[in-house]
Amino acid sequence: MKIRVHVSLKPGVLDPQGRAVHHALEGLGFDGVDDVRVGRLIELDVADSTDDAALTDMCEKLLANTVIENYRIEKVA
Amino acid sequence: MAFRAAVITFPGSNCDRDMAVAIEQVSGTAPIRVWHGDAHLPEDLDFIALPGGFSYGDYLRSGAMAANSPIMQSVKRRAEKGVPVLGVCNGFQVLTEAGLLPGALMRNASQNFICRTVALSVENTQSLFTAGYDAGSTIHIPVAHHDGNYFADDETLDRLEGEGRVAFRYTEPCNGSRRDIAGVLNAQGNVLGMMPHPERAVDAAHGGTDGRALFESAVRSLVKA
Repeated sequence: MKIRVHVSLKPGVLDPQGRAVHHALEGLGFDGVDDVRVGRLIELDVADSTDDAALTDMCEKLLANTVIENYRIEKVA
Repeated sequence: MAFRAAVITFPGSNCDRDMAVAIEQVSGTAPIRVWHGDAHLPEDLDFIALPGGFSYGDYLRSGAMAANSPIMQSVKRRAEKGVPVLGVCNGFQVLTEAGLLPGALMRNASQNFICRTVALSVENTQSLFTAGYDAGSTIHIPVAHHDGNYFADDETLDRLEGEGRVAFRYTEPCNGSRRDIAGVLNAQGNVLGMMPHPERAVDAAHGGTDGRALFESAVRSLVKA
């Protein structure tokens, strides 16, 4: 089973990387971009028997730092 | 009385030897060197130090892998028992990732690696790490980090400040840290995490000795106990 975990900074947490990318987009002449946030995509290939609780546990214990980050689990196939 | 300290080395630690030398210079006893994959710490430790560096190459997030390494379970248990634990730079990141200290350390607001000596105000002179500093004093300690931007929510920050758990503050903005926080203590006061490197300021040859009092305070607290 393929799993994608999308990790992103919580709203309100300053994202310097996103700000730098935003600045670079403006430099390339792309107007009308209001904000940029950079996150992380983690792809897992897990046994089909892996349950949701285990996936949540992986996210909470390691993949995301819930002090500053949100995560979303997506089952691809 | 010998000062039994341990310095933990993770794959990618690079300030572990500096930390060991600083502890030995101040206490007179060489610390025990412990590998991250060890399951247990030596008995009867007086002090545990988590050094700076780039544990596990900072993959995923700074300190995240190291916080889950086998030795950290043992460090957590000792911390709960009241053994003093000092985490510097990457060690601070490991302590927050391990849940031993609140908050998180994010990429510097400037996106730049910062390597220079900074001025810090000593905000708490009551802890076992900071008792050797004069109240209201300003000290100069080197920083060298890419991820030193301290973040915690307002409620947590208010609690830390209210309980006197902000140990050090940058006297001017350094890396984007909220409220210019450079170092924090746990609720019991036996765990200190800080981004600046006190072990790089214990010998006149380092260009300053303002870090020395931190290690002297820890050694003295043992003698008193």
